[in-house]
Formats: sequence, C-alpha cells, structure tokens
Amino acid sequence: MNWLTNTIGASVGKKLMMAITGLGFCCFLTIHLAGNLTIYGGKDFFNSYVDHLHSLGPLVTLAELGLLFFATLHILTGTLLFYQNFKARPIRYSVNKRAGGRTLGSATMPYTGFILLLFVIFHLLNLHFVDKTNTTTFQLLSSSFANPVYIFIYTFAVIIAAIHVSHGLWSAFQTLGVDHPKYTPFIRGLSIVFSVAIGIGFGFIPIYISLLI
Amino acid sequence: MTKNINITLKVWRQKGPNVKGGFETYHATNISTDMSFLEMVDVVNEQLTLDGKDPIAFDHDCREGICGMCGAVINGRSHGPEKGTTLCQLHMRHFSNGDTIVIEPWRAKAFPIVKDLVVDRSAFDQIILAGGYISVNTGGAPDANSIPIAQEIAELAMDAAACIGCGACVAACPNASAMLFTGAKISQLALLPQGKPEAANRALAMVNKMDELCFGNCSNERECEAECPKEISISNIARLNREFVKAGLVSVVK
Repeated sequence: MNWLTNTIGASVGKKLMMAITGLGFCCFLTIHLAGNLTIYGGKDFFNSYVDHLHSLGPLVTLAELGLLFFATLHILTGTLLFYQNFKARPIRYSVNKRAGGRTLGSATMPYTGFILLLFVIFHLLNLHFVDKTNTTTFQLLSSSFANPVYIFIYTFAVIIAAIHVSHGLWSAFQTLGVDHPKYTPFIRGLSIVFSVAIGIGFGFIPIYISLLI
Repeated sequence: MTKNINITLKVWRQKGPNVKGGFETYHATNISTDMSFLEMVDVVNEQLTLDGKDPIAFDHDCREGICGMCGAVINGRSHGPEKGTTLCQLHMRHFSNGDTIVIEPWRAKAFPIVKDLVVDRSAFDQIILAGGYISVNTGGAPDANSIPIAQEIAELAMDAAACIGCGACVAACPNASAMLFTGAKISQLALLPQGKPEAANRALAMVNKMDELCFGNCSNERECEAECPKEISISNIARLNREFVKAGLVSVVK
C-alpha cells in the first residue's frame, strides 16, 4: 500500500483529498438545499420532508458517518496545507499586489473554511443534537429565527459558504485534472452559478421563516 | 516622447544568505523613460560605485526576455506591472515622475537569497534533474517528422516549452508553489510521443522533488499564470495533476 500513501501524501495527493471531499460537500449542499426548499411549500410540507428523510434510518446514519469522515479529511488536510504554504515563504513581501488571478474566494479559503467549521458545530448543536420528542423541526426553526442574532449568524455563514464554494468548485475540477478548452469555461461559470444559488437558496430561508412568525 | 523622470527606489539589500537584510532608499534622478528597468538600476549602481558604496546585486543576462535570469518583485508584481514581459523588458516609460518603486527579491523558502536581489534558483535545476528529460540513444539525428505529431499537440507542447525557468510563478504564488514550472516541464514532454515512455516515472519523481524542496502547495490562485512572462497556462498544472494521478494510481511504476 506504499503506492497509495505515497500518492496521497504528496502535495498533489493532498490537494486531491481536498478536491474529492470538497466535491462531496458540494453534493451534500445541493441535497441539503433541495430538502430545505420544501420550506416554501409550507409547514406541513416541510415537516413531512423531514419525517420522510428520518424514516430512512440507518441510511441517514451512514450518510452522517460519511460526512464526518469527509469533514475530518478535509479539515486535517486543509490545515496541513495551510501550514506548509505558510512555511514555504518565511519572509513575506512588504508590498503585495494581485496580478488578476486571485479572487475573494481563492484568497480567503483557509479563513472561510475555519469559519464554516465553527458554523457547522453551531448549526449541529442548534438543530441536530437537541431533544425533538415534543416538537417538530419547523417549530425548532421558527423559535431559532425569532431571534435576530440567529438570523444574522445563519445568513453570514451562508455568505461565507458561497464565497468558499465560488473558488472551491472549479478548483476541485482543476486539481482533479478535469481541464479542457471546451468545458473549463462552463465549469468556471457553474462555480459562480452554484455559489450564488447556495447564497440565495439558503440565505433567504431564515428571513422567510422569521417573516412567517 | 522621451522625457526624463526622477524616482525614489526602495531596494532590498542583504549582504549574504544568512545575514539580516532590509530596505535602503535611493534616488534615481534624470532617468530617461526610454531606459529599461535594468538600465535604470545600472545608472543607480554607477553612482553607488562612484560613491564608494556596494552596488545593488541583481541577476541578468540576455536582456531581451529569453534567458530567464532576471527578475524581481516591483511594487508587489513579479517582473513589474506589464503583462507577459520579463524585468529586462520593462521600460521606465511605465513609471511617472516622483514615483516610489519598491524592489524585492523572489521570496520563497526554496529560493534562498544569495545577495540583495539575487536568489538561488538551483531548486528548479533539481526538479529538472529528477525527471525533466527524455532518454535517447546518441548517434545521428533522427529524420524530422519521422514521428507524426498533430499540429495542435505540437503547439501545446511548444507553449509549455516556452518556460524560461525565471521563477516568477513561485514568486507570484501566494503559497510559493512551483506547480506552474513543474507543470510546464512535465507537459512539454508528456504531450509528445518521445516523452511517453518515461511519463509515469517523471511525474512521480518531479512532484516528489518539488515537495522535498519545500515549495508550497498549489491552491489554484492563478497568480502564476497572470505573472508568467511567457504566459504559460495553468492547463499545464491540470495536466501535471492528471499525469501524477495516472502515475500514482494506474501505472505499474512504484
């Protein structure tokens, strides 16, 4: 198995880990968003979606374990890459100027990633690891978003996620070597569209719920 | 229109590899806008020499943008603000009277400073030594066009081979990564039939050497592509990634 550890241990291999796990999260975000959009169908429609999802039982647990595994890889590898990249330039430039390659997303990846980690922990404590015996998920949401601080935290985190994926999605394809003069412009465009869709799709849910109350 | 300008230079001065360096300020007066950037530094150096001071050490050779020797970070931009040019191709007409210009050496752990603006780029040579070659028998030169190569592929290989190894990609990369250089060198050979037999070995050896030399990891910031004087595309980095994955996971090479 030396060949495997040698491959994923190299710089390109570590980036591959980031790309594969990152694409996994993009898929997760898509499914999560599709589910969350049922909120616009009303309280009962949303609660029935939640019940249907949870009725999958062990499959949900399996998906959760998969996500936890991906998150662990993504965070550990990302932290290692950040540390190595920092060490690769011991003396920084006194004047820094972009030549046109860097974007808001690409320049802030480690920082937006760290904020997202904090948010995911908060999000899970807020809505996942809570007693749901005498309440519905919709009630949990509406009691959370009655508080403007929660609306702010969620909206802010969603903007951060949108910035993170605006670079992350096309970057994952580039790292995987998926590059072609015919398709790369489409992938770059898709990244921006996906990022805006994540931003708007998730971003308006807290505001919408707070308006219903 | 030729005119003369006065500028202020803030230049990184460092006596040797392990000596603490710092910025020194110099005033370059009556500089013709027809001068190249390096000619302007020559003028400053003549004055420094006449004053009995140590002139600013900087790398240069052909002064026509093909050798890859020159290079410094000018106001935060590798090879200065112009696109697709080396430092020797930068002219003083791109500056205005009264400008302050900050000149720094390439900054990377893998490129230690020799003196002032001169850095040791032998790390690039080590990456080439690891696999940036093809093995051929000596003897008479083979007939031209004896191996058919599609025009588009030949062009891609030539675009990658335009790399002059100046190090601007490493200098411009926020992570001091050498992926554009290594990607170009792997691509120019991987694209052609002559490079195929050793492709897997080459990809593994060159990437491993690059990592060993403490270059950073690519995070697709695209600053390298924007600063490269030969405008080498990051498609070559994607090709490196493909070659590395193929070599690591699919080839029989260990």
